[in-house]
Amino acid sequence: MADDELIWRIAGGSGDGIASTSQNFAKALMRAGLHVFTHRHYPSRIRGGHTYVEVRASADPVKSRGDGYNFLLALGDSFARNPQEGAYYGNEEVKPLSENLDELREGGVIIYDEGLLDPADIPDFEERAEENDWHVYPLDLRGLAREKGREVMRNTAGVGATCAIAGIELEWIQELMADAMPEKILEPNVDILETAYEQVSEEYDVDAPGIDVPQGEHEEEQLLMSGSDAIAYGAIDEGCRFIAGYPMTPWTEVFTIMSQNLPELGGISEQVEDEIAAAALAVGASHAGAKAMSGSSGGGFALMSEPLGLAEITETPLVLVEAMRAGPSTGMPTKPEQADLEHVLYTSQGDSHRVVLAPGTVEEAYDHARTAFRLAYDYQIPSVVIYDQKLSGELTNVPASTFDREPNPSMGKTLTEAELADEPHTEDGKFHRFQHDVEDGVSPRSIPGQKGGRYLVTGNEHNPAGHISEDPDNRVSQVNRRFEKMDAIRADLDENSLLSPHGPEEAEYGILTFGSQQGTVEEAVDRLNANGHGVKTLSVGELAPYPVEAVEAFVESVDEVLVVEMNASAQFRGLTQKELGRYGEKLHSLLKYNGNPFEPAEIVEGFETSIVEDGELPGHETKFVPAAGD
Amino acid sequence: MSAFSAIGEEREIDRDEYTPSVEPQATWCPGCGDFGVLKSLKQALPEVGRSPEETLLVTGIGCSGKLNSYLDSYGFHTIHGRSLPVARAAALANPELEVIAAGGDGDGYGIGGNHFMHTARENHDMTYIVFNNEIFGLTKGQTSPTSPKGHKSKTQPHGSAKTPIRPLSLALTSGASFVARTAAVNPNQARDILVEAMNHDGFAHVDFLTQCPTWNKDARQYVPYTDINDSDDYDFDPTNRADAQELMRETEDKLYEGEVLTGIYYREDDRPSYQQEKRELGELPEEPLAERYFDDDYEWERSYDRFIDKHK
Ligand SMILES: Cc1ncc(C[n+]2csc(CCOP(=O)(O)OP(=O)(O)O)c2C)c(N)n1
Ligand code: SF4
Repeated sequence: MADDELIWRIAGGSGDGIASTSQNFAKALMRAGLHVFTHRHYPSRIRGGHTYVEVRASADPVKSRGDGYNFLLALGDSFARNPQEGAYYGNEEVKPLSENLDELREGGVIIYDEGLLDPADIPDFEERAEENDWHVYPLDLRGLAREKGREVMRNTAGVGATCAIAGIELEWIQELMADAMPEKILEPNVDILETAYEQVSEEYDVDAPGIDVPQGEHEEEQLLMSGSDAIAYGAIDEGCRFIAGYPMTPWTEVFTIMSQNLPELGGISEQVEDEIAAAALAVGASHAGAKAMSGSSGGGFALMSEPLGLAEITETPLVLVEAMRAGPSTGMPTKPEQADLEHVLYTSQGDSHRVVLAPGTVEEAYDHARTAFRLAYDYQIPSVVIYDQKLSGELTNVPASTFDREPNPSMGKTLTEAELADEPHTEDGKFHRFQHDVEDGVSPRSIPGQKGGRYLVTGNEHNPAGHISEDPDNRVSQVNRRFEKMDAIRADLDENSLLSPHGPEEAEYGILTFGSQQGTVEEAVDRLNANGHGVKTLSVGELAPYPVEAVEAFVESVDEVLVVEMNASAQFRGLTQKELGRYGEKLHSLLKYNGNPFEPAEIVEGFETSIVEDGELPGHETKFVPAAGD
Repeated sequence: MSAFSAIGEEREIDRDEYTPSVEPQATWCPGCGDFGVLKSLKQALPEVGRSPEETLLVTGIGCSGKLNSYLDSYGFHTIHGRSLPVARAAALANPELEVIAAGGDGDGYGIGGNHFMHTARENHDMTYIVFNNEIFGLTKGQTSPTSPKGHKSKTQPHGSAKTPIRPLSLALTSGASFVARTAAVNPNQARDILVEAMNHDGFAHVDFLTQCPTWNKDARQYVPYTDINDSDDYDFDPTNRADAQELMRETEDKLYEGEVLTGIYYREDDRPSYQQEKRELGELPEEPLAERYFDDDYEWERSYDRFIDKHK
């Protein structure tokens, strides 16, 4: 694979500081002008257990984790270091060295802490190293850290050694440390960093692996962001000042960021007793005139289906976030999957409608959050931003200007008291909330406390004045009016498309995908085109209302389409077929649901075996489902 | 200028203002105790000085939930058991509103029991009226959490083996700062208690005994009641938590023996409401949230600016 990139994996036990070290490392490389992308692997436990983070850096934009990696920093593990009389944090052994070897590329680098790890424990280590031309650097990281500071600082020693071997300028790291660390620990850390750098440079041939971090330059300032950061910031810029939630991984990330921001802005954050309450609070706050949101992950979102339906029939603007993880039930709490799509599309009883948006990248997460709010308030409808554990946690560089957009405090069609006093809002002296037969189906609202605007809103079917009604004609016209909004939203979205096409316009084949797989698919498409295939992709960011025309045009323009998604039941392909009403024989599925997202090579392989060779996919990790017509 | 001129407006309020101009489609049975709640509430609101437009009545589902249809204020008829989370968010978003939540015993103590406990503990500044008719009315007479032990219904034909919930004790131990019981058969006391509850700063829980002549003909609540606050038999101090607890323990179950005791059981007037506590922590704005969306001059901060450095 490409030599012009560094994919650095830091591995150890949970609680070893893997996350913060990798974040700082990624940021240092970003500041130095590189494009970065991080991929996080962690088990559902707080301490112990095997965890790693990959930082991929290149002078060119990087959109996904690569295939495998070329640089391993294997730290010891807290598990091994803290056996209190046999009392372990868990019964699972952490193996930062052996666990990670399978994906290490040929010619790759291994730095390991020789004070804590012994390759002699790993069968055939030496043979494998030789066979794969691995460059192995045993270092006493713990000893060095102890000598100069504290044992936990061995991460820094590892980073220093990395810099020496990968040709990274120490100043990049030092500068960041100076910004990020309090005075007290800065000094020993810098000392450890420099000492490790020097020791490695003196004792070893650091040029042997030939891994040199590429040179790059950013035209404008970049920020290191996760999808969850971007969703939270998008919501804030759109005027969201009320959030209610209940923790559930990975939704908790958005909830936390919002809670840290809102009070400073004169906003309100509430952690409540359960998810039913959380979404109901968002409905109550929105009714009372705040821009409000809530959210959860699969199991918690299940509880929200009641308040979601309430918001729909009462036409209360509501924004929910659904951060998917593998289910059903508690499933795999720290693993991504895209299997809640149907749950989000169809939850809540009756003919209920909602907007569903699926960002594919960190930048899009910001845009989609904004659009979700705008649509919810403009059209008085619930909207859901659906994304997954992958996009929620991965960090990547985003141009700072992404966040320069104007705030949008508009509450949509909400009347002032002066407007309320005017006809036609007030019939027989009373405000008729659901009266106006407007084109887009949206009738303006008032806010409790406003003079002249009082009305009753109810989750029961109601007449234009808001009173409960089971009149058949009224029922039909209310259902139709609420349904009409979807057409208006469709037209709105056509003007403000959230679709991301990629690849040559004229292509023989197409790949359809949605959400967090976008970047990986795009990278695979580039490789396929480089390999001589003609392939393009369309990532669908608007799932409800579905962009029928655009997707139809895409499918029409190619011979065959591979639909890539992270679930076992081909939910996105199902949705596409349902909405398009045909093409069963043209859409093939490439599915993955083992808890890990696709890697670009898997998509390349999936495409070549299934579409080009018309064969069946090998392996258990991905599954190829032939088109329904086959 | 406030975007909400109905709030805090000083004027005489006529209770007819609360009467809807259209006949409610949702109608209670003749003789239903719910009419009593409606009447007391319509008397109490003007006395508290609250106009229909600064009052937000949030209800759950059940016959009790139909209260909205009979009271012309700002109203939100929500879903079964969920009136409290909707109401308390409104009370946070706009603390200047008079927020009243109402529901039935099934609605409030059954399906909404979790919200009841937490809203009480958080001491939100609002009033919560539970229409306690010891039965599910709207779904035609099933056993409710306040139905007496042994109560027979179509879904429990052999009689309920469950001990009824003790709403007052539950409210008190959960942390409500105002706990009272009143009855539809005593409109004057009911009105007075509602006035006290609405004037109270914090979570005011009123267990309102209502009769359901359609499905619960043998409820004992019809019998004359005793006002514990006036009675010579019960000399106690409602501001003393231990006294209140003791009195509830001794008397709450007597309801099922036909000895109906009503009155303010507990009030804690110096405890700050949740809104106040939150404001002191800097977590609640001074102005109602909605004000700023109407204010063209409001400066919408590029809010996370102060956090953006950590991404650089
Ligand atoms: C989630 C849900 N479950 C069940 C129902 C059906 N339901 C409507 S009212 C009611 C019981 C109401 O009883 P209560 O709260 O005591 O009120 P009452 O009718 O006696 O005033 C039930 C079970 C519902 N609407 N929603
Ligand atoms: S069923 Fe009972 S509670 Fe419901 S309206 Fe009739 S009498 Fe009242």
